[in-house]
Amino acid sequence: MTRYLIRRILYAVPILIGVNLITFVLFFIVNPPDNMARIHLGVKRVTPDAIAQWKHDHGYDKPMLWNASASQTAKLTDTIFFDKSVALFAFEFGPADDGRDIGYDIGQRMWPSLAIQIPVFLIGIVLYVTFALTLAFFRGTYLDLWGVVLCVILLSISSLFYVIGGQYLIGKLLNLTPISGYDTGVSATKFLLLPVLVGVASGIGASTRLYRTIFLEEIGKDYMRTARAKGLSDVRVLFRHGLKNALIPILTGVVVIIPSLFLGSLILESFFGVPGLGSYTIDGIRSQDFAIVRAMVFLGSLLYIAGLILTDLSYTLVDPRVRLE
Amino acid sequence: MTSFKLVLLWTDTLLFVLVGVTIAGALYARQREHLRAPWRAVRRRPLGMAALVVLAGYVAVGLLDSIHFRLPLPKTDNAAAMDRLDYSTEVVSLLDMLVRPLKERVEKTYSAPFATHLYAKETVERPDGTETRGFPRLRYGGAHLADPMADRGADIAATARLGSIQGLLVWVLMIVLLVTWQARRHNLAWGELLRRVVLGRLDTPWREILATLGVLLLCGFVVGNLAAKYHVLGTDKVGPDVLYLSLKSIRTGIVIGTLTTLIMLPFAIMLGIMAGYFRGWADDVIQYLYTTLSSIPAVLLIAAAILTLQAHMAVHPEVFDTAALRADARLLFLCAILGVTSWTSLCRLLRGETLKLRETEFIQAAKAYGAGASTIILRHLLPNVMHIVLITVVLDFSGLVLAEAVLSYVGVGVDPTTISWGTMINSARLEMAREPMVWWSLFAAFTFMFALVLAANLFSDVVRDAFDPRLKSAVEPPAIES
Repeated sequence: MTRYLIRRILYAVPILIGVNLITFVLFFIVNPPDNMARIHLGVKRVTPDAIAQWKHDHGYDKPMLWNASASQTAKLTDTIFFDKSVALFAFEFGPADDGRDIGYDIGQRMWPSLAIQIPVFLIGIVLYVTFALTLAFFRGTYLDLWGVVLCVILLSISSLFYVIGGQYLIGKLLNLTPISGYDTGVSATKFLLLPVLVGVASGIGASTRLYRTIFLEEIGKDYMRTARAKGLSDVRVLFRHGLKNALIPILTGVVVIIPSLFLGSLILESFFGVPGLGSYTIDGIRSQDFAIVRAMVFLGSLLYIAGLILTDLSYTLVDPRVRLE
Repeated sequence: MTSFKLVLLWTDTLLFVLVGVTIAGALYARQREHLRAPWRAVRRRPLGMAALVVLAGYVAVGLLDSIHFRLPLPKTDNAAAMDRLDYSTEVVSLLDMLVRPLKERVEKTYSAPFATHLYAKETVERPDGTETRGFPRLRYGGAHLADPMADRGADIAATARLGSIQGLLVWVLMIVLLVTWQARRHNLAWGELLRRVVLGRLDTPWREILATLGVLLLCGFVVGNLAAKYHVLGTDKVGPDVLYLSLKSIRTGIVIGTLTTLIMLPFAIMLGIMAGYFRGWADDVIQYLYTTLSSIPAVLLIAAAILTLQAHMAVHPEVFDTAALRADARLLFLCAILGVTSWTSLCRLLRGETLKLRETEFIQAAKAYGAGASTIILRHLLPNVMHIVLITVVLDFSGLVLAEAVLSYVGVGVDPTTISWGTMINSARLEMAREPMVWWSLFAAFTFMFALVLAANLFSDVVRDAFDPRLKSAVEPPAIES
């Protein structure tokens, strides 16, 4: 088990290096620091001096890959590639364009993100599995038919409209929660209610339909028929046999996103004004802050790979047939 | 007849290539029974065919909006003397010409649907010269009414009635044509065939198709008649008709939904089959490639790529000579980068399927006969994984249309000058807090997007059921229309 884990973690390294290379090529080769400087200083009427100063201030005034003027190992380390890309592996994200430390901001902003994402995740799973089980239990009836139709209708609505609709209906019309904003401590709860509700609601259609399909697939299997033939009740077969086995694909499907919960939701956070990592990313994108986007790309892939490893581990936990060696 | 200069945008070309490929594919499939069988199954499903009618309507609007040209400028003395035609720099489409009044009747700023007065108060000059604050009359919306307060309701009702009568007439005409055609084909009496259509006794669910068509025609004619006099869906911030914006958005949505898959398809198919067939180092390299790409969160990869493109375009403005070309290039680039993010799942699926297929007897037999790798891949493997490709393409469409809106909201979607549902939502979002609320842009974007995505989802379910034999046996056919 430990050996497998170590092997998997080692396997993640080349992937992260690949991600790093992609971002390096995008942000530094396709789009050299000169361009970045021009965008931030205004494209027209910008003097070479100003560009040089901006590059110096932000640490972009070094050679890309190879510093011939430096001595010994500094030839490799005193470069943009080492400073900006390799440093990511040590979680040294450097300063954003406005001078704030990205690492510090990420540490601060991940808590509001988690405060939304964890409830959405947990409530979501319980709710979707319950709905899907209900539909699967009443398969072939009008309840199932209209349930699936409703699911298709719900998943055809853009997530933007869930937010807009939620804000309008609950925040503005009914005046139950604040429309947007955030606070620290316990008083954050009233600001979190609406985003969590919207987050859960926007996933109902797709997830319920998917889980229903998984349950139906399980119901069609031979062991279920055997259990029915032995005379077990429908309820017992579905909940004791079906639920347990169907949870394997469901669990392993959701485990992969657990680490990524840190990243927050772009749309929810920016609509509701929550100072989390999602709104941080959006702000970074809108202000064309390449350093923030680079940091978030690295962090996102790291968490995704962590999710993949967790998924493999969770297989061994929920499915005794799987052995990782 | 005025002459005009055709403009072929990149996305236009690709869109028509796609139409060509679809027609060629349909003609090819017609000849072969094993390909016709699943499509026959699709044709029998009422819900799928109704959805297809709606999709066809959208595609028709999208294609009309994809024939671009530049109109000649009115001849100046100088040009006439030199016998030369100058063309306007503005690129318009066939759709623009068809709905020209919609495009040209631009108000000053917001106005509600069917409004006769502007949304915002302004200083208006009275006929007697004094000035007063009030809601000024719209330049075009309901401008034909003498007394808007009294006449508007009756006028709308009368126009809607006229529209519905026209719509019904066209609908009846289509029914007559269809029944005549089918009666001749089935060698049945006219009345008997009509009876079968109404009772749903024919192979193809004509009843549902005609009903959907009827609803579409009715909506189309009523809205069309009303739109000639009013702004049916109101006007936007700088005054364009929201109905016009919604219609123009259709093309953007369709381009993103289809071209994205068209661009990624060759890579996904080639690499997926190669990884599965050759195994060894080729498999390792391809797997590494798609694991790396898929480990970057899609929004962030798109953001990174679009930001880079934006920076590149900002620094090199000389590459594109017109705004339309620049917006089009960005749209195509967005499709390409969306393709990169959605490419990986199809590649993984194809690799898995090829791994299974390469061990089957018919591939082994082909190898034993001495067939080369390229022959095996092209003649034996490719046709046997095409159903996966088709299902993926159809399933992806609705997700991509939805993704466009989110990406435009984040700020890495289409060019801000490109009309799309995403940009419509994005600009309307800022006005939500206003009192009374400016809801019509959101409503229009929601309705148009929802109808397209819902139709696409329903149709893709039907296609998947018909083409995926594994799913059909594993899951009881979803009894959506029983």
